[in-house]
Amino acid sequence: MSAMTMSEKILAKHAGREAVNPGENVWVDVDVLMTHDVCGPGTIGVFKKHFGQNAKVWDREKVVIIPDHYIFTHDVMANRNVDVLRQFVKEQDLPYFYDVGTEKYKGVCHIALPEEGHTRPGEILFGTDSHTCTAGAFGEFATGIGNTDAGFVMGTGKLWLKVPPTMRFVFHGNLPPYLMAKDLILAVIGDIGVDGATYRAMEFDGDGVFALNIEERMTLCNMAIEAGGKNGIIPVDDVTRKYVNDRGQRSGNKPYTEYRSDADAQFIFEKVYDVTKLEPVVAKPHSPDNKAFVSEIQGTKLDRAYIGSCTGGKLTDFRAAAKVLQGHTVKIDTFIVPATTEVAKGLDTETVGGKSLRDIFLAAGAQIGDASCAACLGGPSDTFGRLNAPISCISTTNRNFPGRMGHKQAQVFLASPLTVAASAITGVIEDPRNFVA
Amino acid sequence: MQTVIEGKAYVLGDNIDTDQIIPAEYLTYNPAIPAEYKMFGKFALCGVPPDQGGLPKGHVPFHGPDDEFIAPYTIIIGGKNFGCGSSREHAPIALASAGIVAVVAEFYARIFYRNSVNGGYLVPLETETRLCETICTGDQLRIDLTTHELHNLTTGDKWSLRPLGEVAPIIEAGGVFNYAEKVGMLKKA
Ligand code: SF4
Repeated sequence: MSAMTMSEKILAKHAGREAVNPGENVWVDVDVLMTHDVCGPGTIGVFKKHFGQNAKVWDREKVVIIPDHYIFTHDVMANRNVDVLRQFVKEQDLPYFYDVGTEKYKGVCHIALPEEGHTRPGEILFGTDSHTCTAGAFGEFATGIGNTDAGFVMGTGKLWLKVPPTMRFVFHGNLPPYLMAKDLILAVIGDIGVDGATYRAMEFDGDGVFALNIEERMTLCNMAIEAGGKNGIIPVDDVTRKYVNDRGQRSGNKPYTEYRSDADAQFIFEKVYDVTKLEPVVAKPHSPDNKAFVSEIQGTKLDRAYIGSCTGGKLTDFRAAAKVLQGHTVKIDTFIVPATTEVAKGLDTETVGGKSLRDIFLAAGAQIGDASCAACLGGPSDTFGRLNAPISCISTTNRNFPGRMGHKQAQVFLASPLTVAASAITGVIEDPRNFVA
Repeated sequence: MQTVIEGKAYVLGDNIDTDQIIPAEYLTYNPAIPAEYKMFGKFALCGVPPDQGGLPKGHVPFHGPDDEFIAPYTIIIGGKNFGCGSSREHAPIALASAGIVAVVAEFYARIFYRNSVNGGYLVPLETETRLCETICTGDQLRIDLTTHELHNLTTGDKWSLRPLGEVAPIIEAGGVFNYAEKVGMLKKA
């Protein structure tokens, strides 16, 4: 049998095949299908149109529904969409629904999925959201699909896929205190371009990756899509196992299989990074690959700072931001949006220098919003933190295309939580090395 | 499947992302409801910065004065990485709802391409040559899917298109559901 990468092995297994080759089209069995309030109603529409008004989903244990995008808004249509989800969950009797306004409400789907134990090594996860690739951090094949594909999966549990060739990114060394996974992935995207991984898998490997905690690994995989990647993936180690086993208790402790790329597997591209030599990175407007080192554009004037989203709204991100903000006040409007309700709780329980993260942020003069996608994708005009004017914002989110966070002429700089926090203090793009050793 | 597609071109540049094709604030419409499906046509491409819409000159609105839902164009010409960004199927839906039948670009972002094909909304075609600096918005074009040719009827130029390859049967069938029925993966509903 020929050597395979871990992505190829997972696809082969789910296609009922011994082996697959890049470029082949295969039908695969799906382990989990996730949808949210923006694409759920359309997906349900497709499902009912093709399988019938009274059709049942292929496996009610495998459909996970997480409203997260347009949550705390007065927009009538947005709220109607959550009602469509509620109705569907009721009629299908789905066990995994994290409804707004209930105890179960979570927030951003890509962080909610692992927290609630829906991400497992070796599985195939499809979600109606491009950042579904985040879950590759758990050693699974995870990718975003559209409503038609999701409607098809809902009815059949299957989907056709083209097996992607794999690119490998190897990181060596321990991250210095002024760098985060966000800097690594922005460097990668800057190097290969927003289309550098189109139709490809991105595997992250090396001691530099295994030295990262699980949330930082999620940040790496999260932005695979910003390079056009089909999926991002990281091999499993004890850190993964511990997290998955722990969280798995919330969703039935399902068994899982670990896959690793063969030593002689074929990679279409390989790049090695020494993380100790890297500097803080920013993506300038209006593209995630418009890379600059902070040192090159230090002093650029800003109007706003935003810390949140599936990329930069996890506890690790807020811990980092709090380290910088502690004892300082912000000079520009600064918005803090925890990705999930669990992260929001962590703002109260986690401390830096004896103070809770929440207290540090409030004392610094930042505003804290409720867990959701919020202004990461603009959304209805009353969305918390939305750029309603052509201003300049530095953000821990993942996209800075024109209009992404609201106003078409707004300028968005993408950076790590450390860099965003440092910039919030001075009101200009600031090097985090001036605040952390 | 239509084998000849003819109509006016609307020309855009590189990296046209899904937020430009249909900004996130309009995603609250449900494309499965016909009255709301029309709204996607109305707002299609409204996120494109004005100077980049309707190349080479720019500042050409996508919609004409007579119809707020359907644009007077049939074919979009794009550059590299067309449809990048989010997985929203609302993007090809918005273009189709506005009357677009085919897009011709150098290459596509993966999910946009898949959504276009699997949903049967429009035909995503690729060219070897960069056309977004050659074809002008408003040119009359003809695409022949049997000969893989693009003909600019306004200027007389001709280019060859990449064959659709393995997705051809899905496009021909009209999307992934019809295709799955055809190959016996799905029983007819
Ligand atoms: S936080 Fe932003 S990128 Fe993440 S799922 Fe929400 S809208 Fe998408």
